[in-house]
Amino acid sequence: MLIANGIEDEDKWLAEGIAGIQHSAFYLHRALDSNNLREALKYSAQLLSELRTSRLSPHKYYELYMRAFDELRRLEMFFKDENRHGCPVVDLYELVQHAGNILPRLYLLCTVGSIYIKSKETPAKDVLKDLVEMCRGVQHPIRGLFLRSYLAQISRDKLPDIASDYEGEGDTFMDAVEFVLQNFAEMNKLWVRMQHQGSLREKEKLDKERNELRDLVGKNLHVLSQIEGVDLDIYRDTVLPKVLEQVVNCKDELAQYYLMDCIIQVFPDEYHLQTLETLLGAFPQLQSAVDIKTVLSRLMERLSNYAASSPEVLPDFLQVEAFTKLSNAIGKVIEAQVDMPIVGAITLYVSLLTFTLHVHPDRLDYVDQVLGACVKKLSGKAKLQDSRATKQVVALLSTPLEKYNNIVTALTLSNYPRVMDHLDAATNKVMAIVIIQSIMKNNTCVSTSDKVEVLFELIKGLIKDMDGTSTDELDEEDFKEEQNSVARLMHMLYNDDPEEMLNIMNTVWKYIMAGGSKRLPFTVPPLVFSALKLVRRLHGQDGDVAGEEVPATPKKIFQLLNQIIEALSVVPAPELALRLYLQCAEAANDCDLEPVTYEFFTQAFVLYEEEVADSKAQVTAIHLIIGTLQRMNVFGVENRDTLTHKATGYSAKLLKKPDQCRAVYACSHLFWVDDQDGIKDGERVLLCLKRSLRIANAAQQMVNVTRGSSGPVTLFVEILNKYLYFFEKGSPQITTAAIQGLIELIKTEMQSDSSTSNPASDAFFASTLRYIQFQKQKGGAMGEKYDPIKL
Amino acid sequence: MVLVLALGDLHIPHRASDLPPKFKSMLVPGKIQHIVCTGNLCIKEVHDYLKTVCPDLHIARGEYDEETRYPETKTLTIGQFKLGVCHGHQVIPWGDLDSLAMLQRQLDVDILVTGHTHQFTAYKHEAGVVINPGSATGSYSSITYDVNPSFVLMDIDGLRVVVYVYELIDGEVKVDKIDFKKTTTSNA
Repeated sequence: MLIANGIEDEDKWLAEGIAGIQHSAFYLHRALDSNNLREALKYSAQLLSELRTSRLSPHKYYELYMRAFDELRRLEMFFKDENRHGCPVVDLYELVQHAGNILPRLYLLCTVGSIYIKSKETPAKDVLKDLVEMCRGVQHPIRGLFLRSYLAQISRDKLPDIASDYEGEGDTFMDAVEFVLQNFAEMNKLWVRMQHQGSLREKEKLDKERNELRDLVGKNLHVLSQIEGVDLDIYRDTVLPKVLEQVVNCKDELAQYYLMDCIIQVFPDEYHLQTLETLLGAFPQLQSAVDIKTVLSRLMERLSNYAASSPEVLPDFLQVEAFTKLSNAIGKVIEAQVDMPIVGAITLYVSLLTFTLHVHPDRLDYVDQVLGACVKKLSGKAKLQDSRATKQVVALLSTPLEKYNNIVTALTLSNYPRVMDHLDAATNKVMAIVIIQSIMKNNTCVSTSDKVEVLFELIKGLIKDMDGTSTDELDEEDFKEEQNSVARLMHMLYNDDPEEMLNIMNTVWKYIMAGGSKRLPFTVPPLVFSALKLVRRLHGQDGDVAGEEVPATPKKIFQLLNQIIEALSVVPAPELALRLYLQCAEAANDCDLEPVTYEFFTQAFVLYEEEVADSKAQVTAIHLIIGTLQRMNVFGVENRDTLTHKATGYSAKLLKKPDQCRAVYACSHLFWVDDQDGIKDGERVLLCLKRSLRIANAAQQMVNVTRGSSGPVTLFVEILNKYLYFFEKGSPQITTAAIQGLIELIKTEMQSDSSTSNPASDAFFASTLRYIQFQKQKGGAMGEKYDPIKL
Repeated sequence: MVLVLALGDLHIPHRASDLPPKFKSMLVPGKIQHIVCTGNLCIKEVHDYLKTVCPDLHIARGEYDEETRYPETKTLTIGQFKLGVCHGHQVIPWGDLDSLAMLQRQLDVDILVTGHTHQFTAYKHEAGVVINPGSATGSYSSITYDVNPSFVLMDIDGLRVVVYVYELIDGEVKVDKIDFKKTTTSNA
């Protein structure tokens, strides 16, 4: 209620003030039109009296001020033209001082002073000095600030700068500097004094009003930066020390924050670099409530951008030891401000790190130092909970990754893992994924076991259960994604040297073996295939020199592989393990290691016998065993017989008859290998085919019994195709009579009353017959072979 | 002209981390009408990626696929051609053309797309054409040494199919093509 009234009142007073100005202006214009100096002075003083109000907030006062400002421009034009009023400027300068109240008097004086300087009848510095001192007469903060702002405005283009019109004997840019510095100091004092004007309750309102005025004060710094004569030396020796003195001594947090930032934004980066020590030295002297970290961060940001845009200045950074100075300054600030929340400290380190990466990207020791300082700050505290702080830590850790595009560089930073240790488990994992993504994106290869060790330490949150967490709590999709990332990562760990590669694999195994039953199905396969690739490489190299002890041999790797695949039994994952054993068997076969190959087959069979219970899974598994076994050439007769016997035995024991049939005729290929030295046992082949035929028959009968009709003849057609296969290969036991018999059998079955027509098997039979016809028509040896078969 | 992408045996993430970047940049969504995949992706992420390249995706089950419900064989008709897809670990001996020909007769298809050996092949025989697109990631195979990443693009136009094979050799993508023409009598 009161506030609403207040605003209404303010609007009323402003309106009154404006009306007053307009009223006086009317008469002023009349006086100007008639060149009446006396009247002009009278009415302009009257007009300016409206600015004597203390009832307006800065925002509203500004509106009033602008109206007065406009009128004063007209007055100035009048003053300038001596012909109009006949009064020399020297006298005019004297005359206006007779105005009754001090505020109007000083506005008029400044206006005349502007013309006085322009006239060059007297050195600019004398006038400026006079004016800046006389303005002391107004000590009310708002009125004084606007008055001095007016002075600054009109003097702006009349400062005795180098190559300006106003430079002359005894009139140098240093005088300009002095003037601006003094005006600035006085304005700052007024501005600071505002905070004492209201009660504590009104502090928020007061701060808001003060902020509205801050640009008036800051403008002076801007003017200083524009004075041509102010070079680095002047800035360093005069301007900066004086400004900092003012900033520190005013002991006002609002002013200090704004002005420090203003200095940083307004003066060139080159200057900041060269005065870094002085500038940073001011920070500890500021009030404790000042948000130093933001100012410091902005300073570092500016310097980072400076380095990025002008690489030729990089040596300067080194020369002034910018990094060390900034690092020390930050350390001091963090130490001094004990109440600074952790997020503040980390943000500072992020800025410093960004700075370091821009300016000294090759100085990994600097980068590590920053991380180290962060570790120090984080130690002794519980794991970070504040989400803003953890975000900043993630930013801190991600920045070097993005900059270097090479995880290997980050891995050399000794403090990197230490920082990660302070993250809570969830964020740790987030960071681990960031690291993996960086590796994948940049196609980085991690090539030594040492580096792999460091890397896996960093991502350990993904590889095993960290304290206080368990895999049960995780969302299944997320978990899968995580583990698949780890799996993909494993293909980036590689070294051409077999020794080192084996070291890498041993290191990886060390880490993933502790991963638990949920993780092993994801992490074991990639490791197994890495190992198999290594075996192939070793085998491809020129043979082992007898007697030489070479640490990395296929045998050793197979031992490791056995260990690794065995670990899957805790999951349990028998189907996966079976497949991996078979892969190893093939690799061992290629290395001519009969016992090792046999052992792998044994493991596969054991799993089949004991663990693979699902009938569909059994079908696939047995086919994989048969397919692998068919390709083996390392076995002697005994071993081969044992394994083929097992394979055929299990094939016949599958649950469904059609599956049995197919598996058994697949086994026929175990006895016929097309290579030069391959087994070609036509008798056993025929045995298998006949057995599968019996099973097919039994299957047909079963369908007859259970459904009252005969089933599809597909199985018979398949077996027929197999007969043709071995027939063409030249197996003497496969006769044309047998083939003919089978064809008749199928035709009979298809034509029988109880048969249900099946288009698929009809088409299959038809295309088989077509094939026979095609072969017959080929002529030559093949044609002859097929000739006895009648269709 | 209908473009059919044939690929498989990616084995991600067991044996490879991703498709080669040069292949990925070629597989732009919207250019291909059908994908036939011989299996062994192995994870859902790869399935989803292939779906973005073309929504009409046909996959046959490989022995390492995470998704156990893909069919053992699949047949589809594209234009004048009947295609069949099967991973190939079911056909013994692995990679044997005559045994694959039997499967082709059984499925009654003009083009049989099969994998498992990680070796690109394209054979014409009595029953039709057998195409093995190889391994799109060039992943390890117990059957084939020195696998180069490869995939196949079939351009089906009337009774003619042009088979383009893309192979990544020493960092460069090499293309080869083979023409097959179907005689209308071959599938009576």
